[in-house]
Amino acid sequence: MTDRAAGVIHDIGYQRYQGPRLGRGYAVGSLLTHSLRTAYGLGRSAKAKVFPWLVVGIVGVVAVVVTAIRSVTGEVVLSYLDFPDAVFPLAVLFCAVVAPELVSRDLRSGVLSLYFSRPLRRTDYGLAKLAALIGAVWLLLTGPMLVMFLGGVFSVDGWRAVWDEVGDFGSGLAYAALHAVLVSAVSLLIASLVSRRAVAAPIVVAAFLVTLPIVGLLETAGGETARQLSGLFSPETLLVGVRVWLAPEPDSMDLGGFGPLYGAVTVALVAACAGLLLVRYRRVRA
Amino acid sequence: MSLIATESLTKRYGPRVTALADLTVTVEPGIIGLVGANGAGKSTLIKILLGLLPPTGGSARVLGLDPVRQGEQVRARVGYMPEHDSLPPDLIAAELVTHLARVSGLPRTSARERASETLRHVGLYEERYRQVGGYSTGMKQRVKLAQALVHDPDLLLLDEPTNGLDPAGRDAMLELISRIGTEFGISIVVCSHLLGEVERICDSLVAIDAGRLLRADRISSMTTATGVLVIEVDEGTEELAEALAGLDVGEVRRDGPALLVPLTGDDIYDRVLRAVAERDLPLHRLDQRHHRVAELFATETTETTETTVTQS
Repeated sequence: MTDRAAGVIHDIGYQRYQGPRLGRGYAVGSLLTHSLRTAYGLGRSAKAKVFPWLVVGIVGVVAVVVTAIRSVTGEVVLSYLDFPDAVFPLAVLFCAVVAPELVSRDLRSGVLSLYFSRPLRRTDYGLAKLAALIGAVWLLLTGPMLVMFLGGVFSVDGWRAVWDEVGDFGSGLAYAALHAVLVSAVSLLIASLVSRRAVAAPIVVAAFLVTLPIVGLLETAGGETARQLSGLFSPETLLVGVRVWLAPEPDSMDLGGFGPLYGAVTVALVAACAGLLLVRYRRVRA
Repeated sequence: MSLIATESLTKRYGPRVTALADLTVTVEPGIIGLVGANGAGKSTLIKILLGLLPPTGGSARVLGLDPVRQGEQVRARVGYMPEHDSLPPDLIAAELVTHLARVSGLPRTSARERASETLRHVGLYEERYRQVGGYSTGMKQRVKLAQALVHDPDLLLLDEPTNGLDPAGRDAMLELISRIGTEFGISIVVCSHLLGEVERICDSLVAIDAGRLLRADRISSMTTATGVLVIEVDEGTEELAEALAGLDVGEVRRDGPALLVPLTGDDIYDRVLRAVAERDLPLHRLDQRHHRVAELFATETTETTETTVTQS
């Protein structure tokens, strides 16, 4: 840049862009990272950061307390697998606020027409948003679990114990992923149908709450088979069912021989929500 | 290669509504005005060109690409400014435009640089770190234009860019569009229901009505072919009419108190003036008629099925 050194005033007129143009995959990735940042209020006003970080704080405190108790008394209050179940209501609350933030807001502002006029397919938009929410919920659950893991590793003796700890932590991460996928798929589908955030949020919470009494009713009033199947009717108990099926423990939910059914219903529910989400974005006016 | 070419393009919504009917038009690079009343099918045409709507029949090519099968390639090279509100109010303008540049395929650093550059070109450099929600209508329109321009497209599709602007804002927006077309070297299709607005900045016009092509031609050929000199005198109109008829200047018509003479050459002004001066008539008005194009479209009843707009 010799002329710049010589202090020549540059023509500040329009310059054509000669650089690379990355394709659809990059476009989807950009939308995904932008949405993931949006979920935690990054790059947004301070007001948008309050709620997500409040939930992170509460979940974090739970993890810190559990870790502290373990390091002092040696007693494991919550295992890695227990942790996602224990904070399930917080994850739902998080989704109830973040899912509308990710999709309802876009419906209302009309920004979809700006996305769809770019090298991005309508279904890409839905999938990127879903992946972003899954990532956000998974980080919400696993970040505090990492605190528990670090505390745990330093409180056990011997390599063998550390290795066991890693294995437990790994299954905890996988179970957290299952939580994240199911909760995200259901709440994002609901939010994608409602353009007002204040309306979408309570509907998301309700979707997870109203199903619980059905489970309770079947559990108390039904016969043995009804009791074993009762967990299928609510996302929360459905997840516990999958966990019990894959990692049976004493004193856990009685599934009878229906374990695989819990797995199948979970997969079907996620697939249905994701499928409907894509249909929704194929149809949406923009 | 033509900029846009459509061949018997048809779009129907259900059995009743026909948005576009057998539209065949070829457009060469430049600034093109797409005019028609609300509901004439302008937005439908734009969405088909972007590959966002599949046509019911016929075909279209944009920059030599088929928007139905190569929609992503088309959209990578085209910038679109929608008619309606389309900006999330809680985002900072610079962030929004950077984000949309990345969705268009620009790497992170280039996206940020071009976002600032583009916001400067549309006149929002100072305000670029403010939230879009706090912007005036005119500023929002500029952000919408910036996001369409940020990835340096070869073609801009602007749907009613002056919507909701006051007269000063309209002028500024039109001037900006004209600069993008002439100085930046980007072809532009400007949709508008206001002919008087687009004819000021466009090289050529495509007029559609009820989904059919009314006329497509270069502005210059429309105006030169139909240029009219308007002469008004306070008295002696009859006398002047007779005199002009004898001058062999073409057909002299009456329009209220004024006389209309076809503007066939540069010497018409002089000859008319001489005729007025010789008879010592009080000349009230002598000018070339504006908005001739508007009248042309208003009186146009014959359907042109195929017209080629060419530009050297």
